[in-house]
Amino acid sequence: MLAWTIYISFLGAAGVLLLPRGSVASARILALVTAVAGFGIAFIYFLQHRTGAMLTIVRIPWVPTLGIEYHLAADGISLTLILLTGIIAITGILFSWNIEERANEFFAFYLLLIGAVYGVFLSYDLFLLFVFYEIVIIPKYFLIAIWGSTRREYGAMKLALYSFVGSAMVLIGLIAAYVVAGAKTTSLSQLAQFPFSPHFQIYAFPLVFVGFAILAGMWPLHTWAPTGHVAAPTAASMLLAGVVMKLGAYGCLRVAMVLFPLGLGPWGVHVLGLGSWRDVFALLAVIGIIYGALVALVQKDFKFVIGYSSVSHMGFVLLGLMTLNQIGISGAVLQMFSHGILAGLLFAVVGRMVYARTHTRDLAALNAMNLHKVIPFAAVTFIIAGMASMGLPGFSGFVAELMVLIGVWRAYPLLALCVGFGLVVGVVYIWRAMQKAFFIGAGVVPAPPNPPLPPIAFPERLGATILIAASVLIGLYPQVLLNVIVPALNSPLFDGLRKGSWQ
Amino acid sequence: MTAFPWLSLLTALPLVGALVLLAFGGLGKLFVRFSALAFSFAALVLTLFLWHNFDSASGSLQFQERISWIPSLSVEYRVAIDGLGLLMLLLTSIVVPIAIIASCRIQERVPLYYSLVLILQACLFGTFTSLNFFHWFIFWELSLIPAFFLIRLWGGPRRTSAATQFLVYTMVGSVAMLLSFLAIFLATHKFDFIDLAAMARNGQLMPAVIDKLDWRRFSPGHLALIVFSGALLGFAVKVPLFPFHTWLPSAYSEAPTGTTILLTGAMSKMGVYGFLRILLPIFGAQMQVVLTPLLWLAVATIVFSAYAALAQKDLKRIFAYSSINHLGYCLLAIFALAKFTGVDTFLTTQKYAAMNGVFLQMFNHGLTAATLFWFVAMLEKRSGGLRGLDDFGGLRKVAPVFSGLMGIALFSSLGLPGLNGFIGEFLIFKGSFPLVTWATSLAVIGLLMTAIFVLGILQRVFSGPLNRRWASLPDLTVGERIVLAPAIGLMFVLGLYPQLVLGVVNNTVIQLVQQIKF
Repeated sequence: MLAWTIYISFLGAAGVLLLPRGSVASARILALVTAVAGFGIAFIYFLQHRTGAMLTIVRIPWVPTLGIEYHLAADGISLTLILLTGIIAITGILFSWNIEERANEFFAFYLLLIGAVYGVFLSYDLFLLFVFYEIVIIPKYFLIAIWGSTRREYGAMKLALYSFVGSAMVLIGLIAAYVVAGAKTTSLSQLAQFPFSPHFQIYAFPLVFVGFAILAGMWPLHTWAPTGHVAAPTAASMLLAGVVMKLGAYGCLRVAMVLFPLGLGPWGVHVLGLGSWRDVFALLAVIGIIYGALVALVQKDFKFVIGYSSVSHMGFVLLGLMTLNQIGISGAVLQMFSHGILAGLLFAVVGRMVYARTHTRDLAALNAMNLHKVIPFAAVTFIIAGMASMGLPGFSGFVAELMVLIGVWRAYPLLALCVGFGLVVGVVYIWRAMQKAFFIGAGVVPAPPNPPLPPIAFPERLGATILIAASVLIGLYPQVLLNVIVPALNSPLFDGLRKGSWQ
Repeated sequence: MTAFPWLSLLTALPLVGALVLLAFGGLGKLFVRFSALAFSFAALVLTLFLWHNFDSASGSLQFQERISWIPSLSVEYRVAIDGLGLLMLLLTSIVVPIAIIASCRIQERVPLYYSLVLILQACLFGTFTSLNFFHWFIFWELSLIPAFFLIRLWGGPRRTSAATQFLVYTMVGSVAMLLSFLAIFLATHKFDFIDLAAMARNGQLMPAVIDKLDWRRFSPGHLALIVFSGALLGFAVKVPLFPFHTWLPSAYSEAPTGTTILLTGAMSKMGVYGFLRILLPIFGAQMQVVLTPLLWLAVATIVFSAYAALAQKDLKRIFAYSSINHLGYCLLAIFALAKFTGVDTFLTTQKYAAMNGVFLQMFNHGLTAATLFWFVAMLEKRSGGLRGLDDFGGLRKVAPVFSGLMGIALFSSLGLPGLNGFIGEFLIFKGSFPLVTWATSLAVIGLLMTAIFVLGILQRVFSGPLNRRWASLPDLTVGERIVLAPAIGLMFVLGLYPQLVLGVVNNTVIQLVQQIKF
């Protein structure tokens, strides 16, 4: 049944295209119905299968001569991310209620992207996963290039090129694994059991890991993320930061680390104090956390603040993966969910509530408008989202970062202290952006927006409420998701990782 | 013991109040002010009910609620109070109505103001009742947000920098504390304060942390100190301990006076409470290792802040520094408690005295400082916002009742026998002197300085030739006298009959002192 999340999204995309041109209202409603249906399916499945164990949904031969199968399955990790995708899909449409220009195509691309993302999270065959992964790039490019704003062609092209480079690296690694294993199957579980030589894994692991990590915004290959997020229309930024970056992190965990667990092992030599790929990527993740936060601190453009904050938060995901202990990796998966929700919310406030009304994202210009009196709802939403984003307890980000940090204490105590510094900078940049964007500074001449801004519409209120509720729910009762994430990490799929270097 | 969740109810009550105010704020300012007051009085009544039903003969944790919450992280919802928690709840319940009454000058966005005050009250209740790090930290951190906005939106001219400084300082401390507790969780898989304290008593805690943390670059002793210093920083910023106090004077003086009452009366106690409930039982051994530097810091806190108060011209800044000074005595006594852990009968008695003193001093400082800032609020209302030391003069001629009552509060702050301030400081000095003689002796300088600046205020504001500008300054109205009477009365009652508090907390004190073992 869960496979229908994919099909229904694709069908919805086709349906929206078939509607007569100019029927904006019906396109919106059809898109919303499709997204709600997708989430509904995922949610019902979640209620039925709360064990988190891996369950196959569809498995039929596809290209038997090459051993390729159409194999969809879900475990707790997939399920968590599917739920996230469903929530972001619904709220993204709610925040696109104002799209008038070529709305049919917009929602068609949007649903195509959603369907492909569902596909990646559900694929259990590497070839199939790769196909969905590539499909994601196309609607992503068009959504930015056609409906985007600031330097949209540049942003879209940069994003597409980075994605293609990453895909190429992944493809090379996967083909090598396929050939080395005897070219009989592309099934993830079977390849995961194949005893690749440690030497091969040391080379193949970084190739595939980096290929995926590009999309997760790993420093120093993150530069597509801020420009892409800024150029994209609101719904696309929400999708990009909310779920597309998670595709990269998901690939790192599900493919790179599962296939080549020994690639994380020690090289035998130390270069600059680093003794394994694990050390290298943990260090890059921490640099990403701190660098992203520091750069967000000095931005003049409101949306760039959020763009760089995504880089910082995704650093927590990669760092959690590199702790190689259960609590750290569970925290990383939880952080994927949490960051998806919060980045979606922050981009919604910045892109839809503020930029679409004031037509400026310059913090100095916004500072003079004293927006908390003009659009108080946006100010309150941003304050709540900011509190959640800076890791205040009671919100989802806190639990996720807490678990990652416990894992990091275990694996890299020194890095835990560095992350602490990153957390403090995280407080400062969010608070600085909040004060500049919504509260008038001392000595600034007030310049109320002219003409008066339209009020916050009902779909925006609804979308913001859904996202805040999700964050608070997971913040106060993370057990809902941990119940499915933790058993998934104990499944046979992760045997290699557990035996190899699990602590 | 009761199965009814009284403590959760108490924490939820102000939250409900905040929602009611936000929802029905359109009904007018008068309605908002009265319902805020009504909710705070309801909380006071509930606290008095708890006070009445508290079994002071046992002194151990009561009204306990325990519910499993996040098994994967061994987090359970656990709230309970002993004498310490009860005293803090009572103090909060007394201070909040004072803050609400003193905020009558607020005219802008009144519903939001009062709902933030009530949210802050809920966070305080939560902090004083939670026994599991997870939800304790939720309340501890979330209390910053209403406090930040109360300063940021209704504060004085330099409110932006004051509010930001306040937030960032406290956040740095909180992050350091979080890291420490995560390291401890990694080793013990426990977030429960009571369990952790038990492990520390048995000497199991730090060996487990050192073993699990696997940070071989440091010796075990140093690693334990690193973990301790993170937790210390979190509380030291909050109390504050010199040199982490610099956020406080600007935050207190820029905040609207009603908020200052809340900050100094109740919120500053969060830090001292943390020292007593968390730091001393869990990290007592580490505290003992670095006792001498800590005592120097406590003495510096006491002396420098009193000296700084002497140099200030703004009444609010004077009382802000005086607040640091008064809580410095609490820290001195707490550090003194970590000095000896033996079974010496004489020293144990002194430790009881010192800790009883800390309890009383926390309560008394809350009451006195809140009342003093309340007087400042009334003075500001009359003078149109002026509150400089040199702006007035001879007020006792035009406003004798005001001058007399504020004089009582000032003398209470100075520690005059017969008023509430005396007994706490006396017990602290009596208990600490045999334990840490040199530090206690140096701290006496702080007492002298306090006497000088208090008398300076009396002289420059109330005595001397009348400043012509205030010739028609109205004295306290009957209504103001009525609302002030309970606070002033309580100062006398506690000064003459401290047993009212000591009788309730004494058994808790004995237990807490006996639990300081390592």
